[in-house]
This record gives sequence, structure tokens and C-alpha cells, in this order.
Amino acid sequence: MDFNYLTTIIFLPLAGAIIVAFVPNLHHKVIKWISAIFTFVPLALSIYLFAIFDRSVGAIQFEEKLSWIPTINAHYHLGVDGLSLPLVILMTFLGFLVVLISWKIDLRPREYFAWLLLLETSILGVFCSLDLLLFFLFWEIEVIPMYFLISIWGTGRKEYSAIKYVVYTLFGSAMMLAGILSLYFATGSLSMVDIAQTGLATFTAVIPVAAIFFLLLTGFAIKLPVFPLHTWLPDAHTDAPTAVSVVLAGALLKMGGYGMIRLCVTIFPQVAQQYAPLLVAFAIVSVLYGAAVTLRQTDLKRLIAYSSISHMGYVLLGIFALGQVSLVGATLQMFSHGIITGLLFAMVGLVMHNAGERDLRKLGGLVRQMPIIAVVFSIAGLGALGLPTTSGFAAEFLVFVGSFTSTVVSGIQVYTILGVLGIVITAGYILWMLQRVFYGPVLEKFNGVKDADILERVYMFAFVAVIMLVGIYPAILTDVIKTGIMPIMGLLGA
Amino acid sequence: MNLELFLPELTLAAFAIIVILLDLVIQRKGWLVVVSLAGVVVAAGFTIIMWGGSSQAIFNNMLAVDNFALFFKLLFLAIAALVILASVDYVSKFTRFQGEYHALVLLSALGMMLMAATAELISIYIALELTSISLYVLVGFLKDPKSTEASLKYLLLGAVASAVLLFGMALVFGFTGKTQLGEIAQAIQALSLSGVLASPGLILGIVLMIAGFGFKIAAVPFHMWVPDVYEGAPTPITAYLSVASKAAGFAIILRVFYSAFGLPQWLSLDWGMLFAVLAAIGMTLGNVVAIPQTNIKRMLGYSSIAQAGYLMVGLATVGFSPAADIVGRSSLLFFLASYALTNLGAFTAIIAISNKLDSDLIQDYSGMGKRAPLLALALTLCLISLIGLPPAAGFMAKFYIFSGAVQHGLLWLVVIAVINSVISAYYYLRVVKVMWLGEPASEEKVPSSGALRLALSLSCLGVLLLGIIPGYIMKLAEVAAKMFVF
Repeated sequence: MDFNYLTTIIFLPLAGAIIVAFVPNLHHKVIKWISAIFTFVPLALSIYLFAIFDRSVGAIQFEEKLSWIPTINAHYHLGVDGLSLPLVILMTFLGFLVVLISWKIDLRPREYFAWLLLLETSILGVFCSLDLLLFFLFWEIEVIPMYFLISIWGTGRKEYSAIKYVVYTLFGSAMMLAGILSLYFATGSLSMVDIAQTGLATFTAVIPVAAIFFLLLTGFAIKLPVFPLHTWLPDAHTDAPTAVSVVLAGALLKMGGYGMIRLCVTIFPQVAQQYAPLLVAFAIVSVLYGAAVTLRQTDLKRLIAYSSISHMGYVLLGIFALGQVSLVGATLQMFSHGIITGLLFAMVGLVMHNAGERDLRKLGGLVRQMPIIAVVFSIAGLGALGLPTTSGFAAEFLVFVGSFTSTVVSGIQVYTILGVLGIVITAGYILWMLQRVFYGPVLEKFNGVKDADILERVYMFAFVAVIMLVGIYPAILTDVIKTGIMPIMGLLGA
Repeated sequence: MNLELFLPELTLAAFAIIVILLDLVIQRKGWLVVVSLAGVVVAAGFTIIMWGGSSQAIFNNMLAVDNFALFFKLLFLAIAALVILASVDYVSKFTRFQGEYHALVLLSALGMMLMAATAELISIYIALELTSISLYVLVGFLKDPKSTEASLKYLLLGAVASAVLLFGMALVFGFTGKTQLGEIAQAIQALSLSGVLASPGLILGIVLMIAGFGFKIAAVPFHMWVPDVYEGAPTPITAYLSVASKAAGFAIILRVFYSAFGLPQWLSLDWGMLFAVLAAIGMTLGNVVAIPQTNIKRMLGYSSIAQAGYLMVGLATVGFSPAADIVGRSSLLFFLASYALTNLGAFTAIIAISNKLDSDLIQDYSGMGKRAPLLALALTLCLISLIGLPPAAGFMAKFYIFSGAVQHGLLWLVVIAVINSVISAYYYLRVVKVMWLGEPASEEKVPSSGALRLALSLSCLGVLLLGIIPGYIMKLAEVAAKMFVF
């Protein structure tokens, strides 16, 4: 019997959460150390998996399968392929770093770290599940820790934002549940692998195939988010505590993109091709609308939040251009956005924490007080606008090349060019933001504001190293992603 | 005739009498709890021994002893045991009538066990009345104005419902000439479609029976009694009403409609559609009206109306599916089991909290996460289960029951149901929010007795088990649904 890597990776954070929550009288330092250990080991294990991942075959690896509920033919079925492995690494990486980012939390630390660890387990479970019921179970669990994390440790209108997040997510998953149930009875199976392989040959649906496609897509589109289903995002992001914003932007949104590729495109290739023009149009609207709205934000955190909508538009564009390069680009963009926006939120958190201000109109000249934060913030910002040598460039370049050359959607070249315009707007708001926060006249009220301390420098360095590594040598990830995309291209008949 | 098959019921009846007599002679009333629990355990033991055997009928085909009935008997006994445990603190405050309280709990459990087993109209009515009359008394047990009002309301409306049911039964008997369910089925199948349409009395009888049973399961529009009775009754009895009485109602509906009105297909499609419509109305009304409630018992009252709506999705599935298909019935049984554990858990936590607070207002639960972290955690788990989120039992139950409905072309109903689950999240989470986000009114801890903690841990353990590894219970439900004869 092989070692069950994936089970270990998924459930170690949960074990940590249970220890933190139920062992009485833990000092809050001990709680933080436990959390750090129980997230570091999954990170190390997932990097090890990445190292021994067989890049020569496009297959599910490290598979685990046990019968779970025989009555409805559900299995405890885990596995990763080139599509999900980068996202697993993304989550374990962020999972460990957010513990460091949260090191200064002293409001009810026991509950905070328990929920944070549970959140990591549920997101990892979503990326690793190959059974629809298991996938849906992990997808739903995530709502509970998010609700508590936003509503207790958030700021501003936190309770409103938290319940808005919950209602949106549950509405999306309600649609998904209807889709999954229809799919289950159309095929008699809950296994994503089996359904994708047998295709829709034995399909006896109660409703049209396209309807199932859209039921599932609605759930994923809310999570990604796609205009016009995005309105929960700015509120949730703005009011969430820093670490939760990092996980939310970094890994949670990717559940939407991952689900679209894993379920919508893989199981319904024909339907996806049929509706690709419509979805590409939505992608471009998301890109441009998101960027335009970002341009006029005055709240630092809200600005970064809105930028996610525009960046996730590129993911949607890459997915529904349905070309090999564009799909690889979309996956890489998910990874890259996770790291870059994660870092941006962490930096916003530091500026807010140290300077006590996040209104762009009142900030300025901070480069004098916090030079290190200024440099790292700028690197993250340049990554977000896609400067070469950052991962953002590699990802967006692949998305644009891939969708420009895609043959599925006629006239996609026009859409792509419109999408590239988004980059220009992005450059506008990123540079404007950096200038407003760090440059300009030195303000007296910020005298004595501190720069990053040692711990903060450690995680900043980790983020920047990954951004640069992937930017300079993207093949380290694209080689793996390609093995996950190839089988999908086969299904698409390309 | 084989009296051994009647042993669980006989045991329970005997222990109920022993409890009343013992109450006269002993001073330490704690023993009453022990004796009642012993009765439940012995009855459950007899039931378990019979499990898995072939179906039999006793008393001239009046009672069925099949796995379906045994499943429900075990469920009722488990509920009764948890209710007795949860009542310990509550009852110890009574100066008189402690013996009667426990005896009535046992007697109503007996009535429900009979309800699950009866296969004949007259005995159905008798079993129903045995259950109801015990419950009328229990609801009024506090003898304060609210409790008395609740009891009176329950009694009057219950009597009307019984009358309607009886009238329905009379009509069905009039058109078929039979009272035994299997014989009614044969008589109906012998009728031609035009013969039935020419004299709609049979259909009227069926509809009236739905109305009569609908009262028991708190289906809209027969739900008016629910909020007041739930609020006024002693909290353990509210818990008992909300799970056991409802489960018994569903048991009897399943048996009557499946075995007497299951064929011909057009008839079952008709009542299936009727249940589907009642389900849609029930869950929507229950959930929407629950939102503005300020009293947690009232809120859970409306929530139970909504849950009855989800359960009726299962009944609709039974109506829409061919007789051989068990998914509708087994998912309904599974849902009932998980709902019972969840609601009992929630009410047990409420009993513990309101013992201390002397209040059932949601706002008074403020800061309960600090004053009683484990109680608050347990209540949170149960509320999450009621929303239908994993890892709790409610998630699996909804998945299972909705999957059956989708299979039989009720996707529209499932879409209404899942949207309703989203609405319900709003008011369930409001309680969670108050408990964990609110500031405590005082720093005083909330104590709970050992019996309460035992009942609460058992329910929560069950909720988690059914949510994470439901395979075994689903298998039991399938066996129970399969063996369903007559």
C-alpha cells in the first residue's frame, strides 16, 4: 500500500484545527506554532509530490479510491493531475504563509486558527476530489469558516459582507447541486473520471445537456467571479481580515476556474464549444468592467479586490477560447494571480496595520518610512500588470497568444485585442496606486511608522521568489499543466 | 397468532404502568428516569432481534411486523430515550406528576410504534389517537397560561384533524368496502378509471386523509398550530413533537399511500403531484416566515414546517416512481433519521441554555460562544445540519432525497427546494451570529447536567456520523423500504 499523500495533505490542517480548538488551555503562541507546523508539512509534501510527479503522461496520479456510500455509488476518490497539482501547491503555499501573516492576531486566536485551518482543508479537498459528491461536500464546507472569519475578525460592515458572501455562495452551490444531481442520474455515476471518459454517450437526461452545463457553470461563475455575479467580492474582500483576503483571492476564487475546466469543459466539450462565444464575451466584459471600476476606487483594499474581477476575466477568456495554449495560460494565470494578489493583499494589510490608513486620498510618501514594503508592493504591482520576468507576464501572454490563435470562436481576435486593452487600464491603476501610497510629499502624520519586521520579510521573500521563479522559468509549471490539459484537448477533438 | 412479535409494544406498555405505580411509592424520583430508560432499552432489544426477518402480520392483518415498521420503532425508541435524558433537569423541577410525565412519554412512543405498524384503517385511527392524547397532556404539562393555551389549541385543532381523517377513511371505506390496506388496494385496482371519475367520492376521501395526516406532519396549510404549540409546550416535549410525531405521520402516510393507493399509476401520480405542491408551498412559507421570528422555539417551529416540506419531496418521489423503485422511500427514511437527530440535538442545547436564562429569545443567546462554548458549538453543528451543509447529516439527507426526486422528473421541485435552503441559511445563521459575535450579557457560565450532556453528545455524534459515513444507515433504510409489504 502506497502512502496516502493526498489524504495526509488534505487532513493535516483539519487535525491541526481539531487540536487547536479542543485541547484546553493552549497559550496563543503554542496555537500559532501548531498551526504553522500543520500547514508547513502539507506544503512540504505537496512540493515533494510536484517533484516526483510523472510529467510524461497525462493521467491522474497519486490516486486513492475507497467505497464511501455504496447506496448512491459514491467513492472517496482523490487524485491530482497537471491541472489540479499547481492549485494544490498554491493552496498549501498560501496556507502556510497566511499563518505567518496572521501571527499578530490576538483576538480569539484559538477559534481564528481553527477556522483558518479548516478552510485550508476544504479548499484542498475541492482540488483533489474526483468524486462529484466529495467535491461538492468540500465545496460546501468552505462556507462555514469563511462566514466566521469575515464576520468576527473582519472590519467595517463585516456582518453584512459575511452573510452576503454566504448567500451568494449557497445560491451558486444550490444551482450546482441541481446540476450534479441531473448529471448523476443522466450517467448513473458520480465519478468525474468515468463521466468524462464515457462522455455523454449513455446520456439519458431529464433536462437538456446545455441546462446541466449552465447549472454547474452558474455555481463556478459566482465563485470566479464573472460579471454580473461579482458583487459579493468587493464587500467580502474589503471587510475580511488580511489573511482571509489572501486565501480568498489566492485560492478560493480558483475553485471557480478549476471547476469550469474540470467539469464544464471536460464533461461537456460540445456544449462548451457551442456557448464559447457567449462566455468569451462575458470574459471581456469582466476584464474591462472590472478594470474600469478599479480605476476609480479610493480604498486601497477595495482597489485590489476589484482588480481580481478583471484578472479572473483573463482566466475565463483562456478557458473558453478552448485552445491548448489558452487553457494552459488560464491555469497558469490562476496560479500566478493567486501568488501576486495574495502578496498584494498581504502588503495592503501591512500598510493598513503599520500606517493605520487605507484611504488613497490620505496616504502618501510612505517610501521614506517603509522602503522594503514599498519595493515588494511595487514588485507585486508590476506582476499584476504583467511585467516580463514576473509570473503575471508569462500567464497573461499565454492566455492572449492562446486565445488569439484559437479556432473555436470566430472573431476571437477582436475579443483578445479588447482584452489586451485591459492590461493598459491595469497599468494605469496599479501605477497610480503605487504613486499615491508611496511617493509624493512625505506626510508628517506618518513619521515613526514602522517598516516590515523579520517575520514579514520572510514571507514577502517567499512570495517574491515564487513570482520571479515562475516569471523567468514558466516551464517549471507549464510542463505539469500541459499534462493535465492534453487529455482535455483530446475530448475537444483538437 | 404469534404474540412474540408484539413484545416491544407490550414491554413499553408494561413499563409505562410500572413507572406510574412506582411513582406512588418511591421518594427518589431519579429512579423513574432509570426505569423508563430501561423500558426503552428492553423494547429496543426485542425490536433489534426481529430486524431482518421476513414480514409477518398479526391480529388478523391489522398490524404489520416488517422491517419498515421495525425501522420506525427503533427510531421512535431512540427519540424517546434522548427525550427522557433531555428532560431530566426539566422534570426534576416539577413538584408533582413526574411519574405521569415519563409514563406519557412512553405511551405516546407506544402509539407511534403502533402507527408505524398498522395496516388497517381503524387501528390506524386508534394508534393515532393514543399518540395524540398523550401528547395533548404533555403539551399542557407546565400549566402556565402559555402551555395551557398551547395544549387547548393543539387539542381542538387535533380533534378537527382527526374528524377530517375519519371522514376521509369513511369515504374510502364506502367506495371500497374494505378497511385493510391491501384489500383496499385490490378493490381500487378493480375499479375502472371512468368508474372512479363518475363518483369522485374516493378521491375526496383520499384528499381528506391527506388533510388529516397533514396536520400531524405540520404540512402547510394544516400547520397553524405549530408555532404556538412549539412555543408553549415544555421544551423537551417540543423536541419530541417536532421529530417523533412528525416521523410517525410520515410513516403512516408512506404505508397508507404506498400500499393502498400506490396503484394504478394515474392515482399515485395524482397524489404525488399533490404532495409536490404541498412541499413547495410548505418549505417556502416555513422558511420565509421563520426569518422575522425572535423566539427560538417559534423559529424552529417554522423551520420544522419547512423541513416537512423537504420531506414531502420524498413523498412526491414515491408517488412519481414505479412501485419497485425504493429510492423515494429509503431517502425519506434516511432524512427522517437525520432530521430527528439534528432537531433533538438543537432542542437539547436549547433546553440547557434556557434552563439558565429562563428565556427563549434569540437575542438572549448573545455571547453564548463565550459562556458555554461546547453547547454553542453543538447548537451550531445542528443548525448547520438544518441548513443542509456538510459535514452534518442534513447535507447527506438532502442530497439523497433530492437525488431521488431528480431521478423521477421533479427537477423543478428540487430547484425550489435548494433555493429554499439558501433562504433558510439566513435565519439559522442569525442564531449562530448572535451566539458567536454578540457580547455576553453576563460572564456567568451556563451549566448543564450529565444527562443533558449525554443526550447532546449522542445526537451530535449521530449527526456527524450520518453526515460523513452515511453508508450504513442508508443500507438500513434501503432494507426497511424494500421489505415494505401489504
